[in-house]
This record gives sequence, C-alpha cells and structure tokens, in this order.
Amino acid sequence: MEPDETKATGPNKIAGEGTPRQEGQPAQENQPPAMDDSSVAQPSSGQTSAEPPRILNPQMAERKFAQVSRRELLKLAPLLALGAFAIPGAQEWLLKKGLGFSDWASALMFRRGHLATTFADSALTPFEKFPINDYDVDDPGVIFENWTLTVTGLVKKPGDYKLEQIQSLPLQRQNTRHVCVEGWDAIGRFGGTRLSNFLNMIGADTSARFISVTCADDYYESLDMATALHPQTLLCWEMYDRPLTREHGAPLRLNIPAKIGYKQAKYLTDLKVTNVLNGKVGYWEDQGYSGFYGL
Amino acid sequence: MSDAVIEITRAKGDETEVVARAVYEHPLPVRICHWLNAISLFVMAGSGLQIFRAFPSFGAKIPQKDLLNWPKAFAIGGWLGGALQWHLTFMWIYIATGLVYVGYELFSGNYRQVLFTRRDLPGVWPMVRYYLFFGPKPEQAEVYNPLQKHAYTTVIVLGALMVLTGFAIWKPIQFSWLAWLMGGFHWARLWHFILMWAMLGFVLGHLVMVILHGWNNFISMFTGWKITGWKRTAWKRGSDG
Repeated sequence: MEPDETKATGPNKIAGEGTPRQEGQPAQENQPPAMDDSSVAQPSSGQTSAEPPRILNPQMAERKFAQVSRRELLKLAPLLALGAFAIPGAQEWLLKKGLGFSDWASALMFRRGHLATTFADSALTPFEKFPINDYDVDDPGVIFENWTLTVTGLVKKPGDYKLEQIQSLPLQRQNTRHVCVEGWDAIGRFGGTRLSNFLNMIGADTSARFISVTCADDYYESLDMATALHPQTLLCWEMYDRPLTREHGAPLRLNIPAKIGYKQAKYLTDLKVTNVLNGKVGYWEDQGYSGFYGL
Repeated sequence: MSDAVIEITRAKGDETEVVARAVYEHPLPVRICHWLNAISLFVMAGSGLQIFRAFPSFGAKIPQKDLLNWPKAFAIGGWLGGALQWHLTFMWIYIATGLVYVGYELFSGNYRQVLFTRRDLPGVWPMVRYYLFFGPKPEQAEVYNPLQKHAYTTVIVLGALMVLTGFAIWKPIQFSWLAWLMGGFHWARLWHFILMWAMLGFVLGHLVMVILHGWNNFISMFTGWKITGWKRTAWKRGSDG
C-alpha cells in the first residue's frame, strides 16, 4: 500500500484515492499536544514549534469516506475463509490437516537423545493407585505357557520369541511419568529391556519408519522409529520390580515415557517392522486422536 | 503512529461543511490479527474446556476428586479426540496471530499506542476513579487511556503465558524446562487453566467496554477508522465554526 495523497483541503474538493496514511501527513500538526510523545513521524517538529499553529487537516467528502471505509472492511473478507470450519465435510478435513500439522511439528520437536525426567522412589505413585486403563477388558486371558511375541516385517530373524529370550536382554528399570491423554498422570516404576536391544536381537532394519504392534485384546499401535530407538523406550515385563500383573499388560507391554499413554500398548502378541501402516496407525488414532503424540 | 486524522465533509449547496472527524486507529494487520485471534481464542477456550471434561481435576486419578462438571453445551469438539483436534489446529492460528501482531507493533512503532509504560502510571488512579464513578473524566490526548494500555499490555503477556503453559503440558519432556519453570507438569496444567479464566475475564471486560463505547468504536475494528464527534447540527448553516 503506497502512501496516498490526501492533502486536498479546498471546498468541494474530494480527497485523493484510498486511505490517508500516518507518515508525513499534515494531520500530525493538528493533533493534541500529548501526541508529541511519539518520537517518530515528526520530522519537522523542531521547526513547527517556531511557526504559528496551522490547521491542516486533510478532508474527505462523506461519500468518499464511506467508500474508503467499505474498502477497508472488504480487506477483512479473506477471514471469512475460516467459515469453512462450519461446513461439516470441510471441517473434518481441516481438523485432520491441523492435527497432521501438529504431528509433523511434534516429530520435529522430538529429540532422540533427550531423556524424560526420572524420579526418586519416594515420588512414585503407589502401585495400587496406578490407574488401569484399557479400551475393552482388564484381562484378555493370555495363556502364559503358550505366549510368544511374533516378529514379522523388515527383520533378519522373524519368528516367535519366547519371554525368556526377551528377558535375556539387559534389564533397565526407570521411574518415569505416565501421562494420559485425558489429563491425569502417574509416576511409575517400570522394568524391561530397551526396545532398541530387541530390535538389534531380531536384526531389524532401523531405517524403516515404524514399529507396529498388536495385542491380545485386539488393540493395536504403531511407533515411529526415532521414538522406538529412544533409550527409555522399553519392552516392559516389570512394574515396581515385580512381574507385570495381567491388568497392567502381562506378560509384555510397551513403556514409552516420551509418548502419551495410549501409545504404550499392553498384552503384546505381534511386532512388525515396516514402512507402511496401511491406514492402521492405532486403535485411538484411527478414531481421530494424534498419531505421533510425543511428550 | 497510526493517528491519521481526517475531517469528513458534506457538500451543502456551494459550500462544504465538516461534519465529523475520523481517526485511523487500527491498521489492517492489527485488524486481521485481532479477529483471527478472537476466533481462535474462542475455539481454544471451548475445546480446552471439553478436554478438561475428560479429567476435571488437578489431583490424582485414584481417588479422583472433580473440581467442576463443565457443561458440554459450553464446550467445543463433542468428545476428547474431537476437542484435541480443534485445540491442536487453532493453537497454530492463535500463536501465528500473536507473533504477527507483536512483530507488527514493534516494527511499525504502533506499540507506542498500546504499550503500558512507566509514563502511564500517573494516569492510572484518575482513570480508576473515573471508571468507579467518583472522579471527573481525565483529559485524554492519546488513543488509549492508561487503563486500556494496561489491559492491552497485560493480555499480550497472558496470551504468551497461555502458549507457554500449553507447551509445558503438551510437550513436558521436550520442553521440560518450561514445565519446571511452572512448578512441574501438574502446576503447568493448573496454570494453563487459571490463565484461561484470566483471559476470559479480559474478554468479558473488553466486551463490556466495547458495548459502552458504542457502534463507531466497535466498527473501527473492522474499517480501521473511528469516527468521532459527529456534529449533528452541522447541516445547519453557521452551526460550527
């Protein structure tokens, strides 16, 4: 927008096109004294104080002013595009895009080497007060003797892995905060092995994009590789130094302090290393929750 | 400064009379940011309250003590997942308009019109007296009086704190220092909630003042131009100098 010519002051003379602008306008000289506190836009203030005060307001015909105002109003018209959020079909699409953008930004913010805060034992939520959340049943009735973790996808050694094999990997115990999407959180003590250890064991292609898991209760989840390789991401078989109880996901669950609770699937039965999720990101994600949800 | 003043004239026979003055108070970027921010604030508060409904407490999950049961009718999103979609979409509009606004104010020098500084302090008490009906109306030379400047400056700080507490809840690990500054994850969530009510308090006061100041003031946030001093008798020859 260029500064407009609005000096027309004579009778019946219509002021120039467009909007008067602040800089260098004669109008400045006709303003109340306190306006002088502005240190800008008063280039000739030193001289004007010597001159007698002049009244030099630009003038504009009423009709012209109405036109100018209307034009200014119309410049806001693009904001009406937000009205698209009121159209049911468009709304769904737009919100999906918004959530997608948030997920994209979240992945950028994630730092693989940055650890979640760990807590002293005294800060732990007592085990009996650690909430149990599931989408269906507390205990899907896993038969422990027959249980294996079935590994498929981009790995050198696919197959069924017994719990003892997984537990032969280095044990890591950590007191970390578990944050639920609902808004509550609890600090728990979790034990297991780094998922990265297991990925190493099965010869996973860590340049693949995702780890996807399915569970005994038909819950399913997926995890980006960067978070899967995070040093606090565990294949977890212990809580509070004791084997997982059934309602907390026995015999094996994910414990991912860097992710929201619903990504930390329980009662694991299958693990796949893959580049495609075929629209199956996770049980809650596929209903509209964030797919990345890193903390 | 955006204090361009013009006189609005009306042709009357051979002569032209000044019938009103108009001040260009709100540059286009400010108006755009104002309305985008207002809309996004509305969505953020509504969806935020729907998110809050999922766990309306600031204590432990077990046992859960609810703080208040916010009615669903005054919330946006319908369910937790839907509300999060609204929240995580409009927060970017909220942040962007905030940044563009502050950037524009600093760059253009327009902040002088709005920013509350030490120089505004002496004017605070007279203005409070006036608003509380026991003092005369102080003379006002600037676009905004000291209390307005105070409110508009405070609300920028509030907005920034809303974003920071929001990030502390959303990314308590990546921004662990933020969560720490706020006193931990729980406090960050509580601050976010308290600040929202402070923000809504501002909005309420703002709306009351807009209503009290009338149509010309309200419309200026759309056109940029605020019409002052209509001379209603101006059409009568010789009624104004």
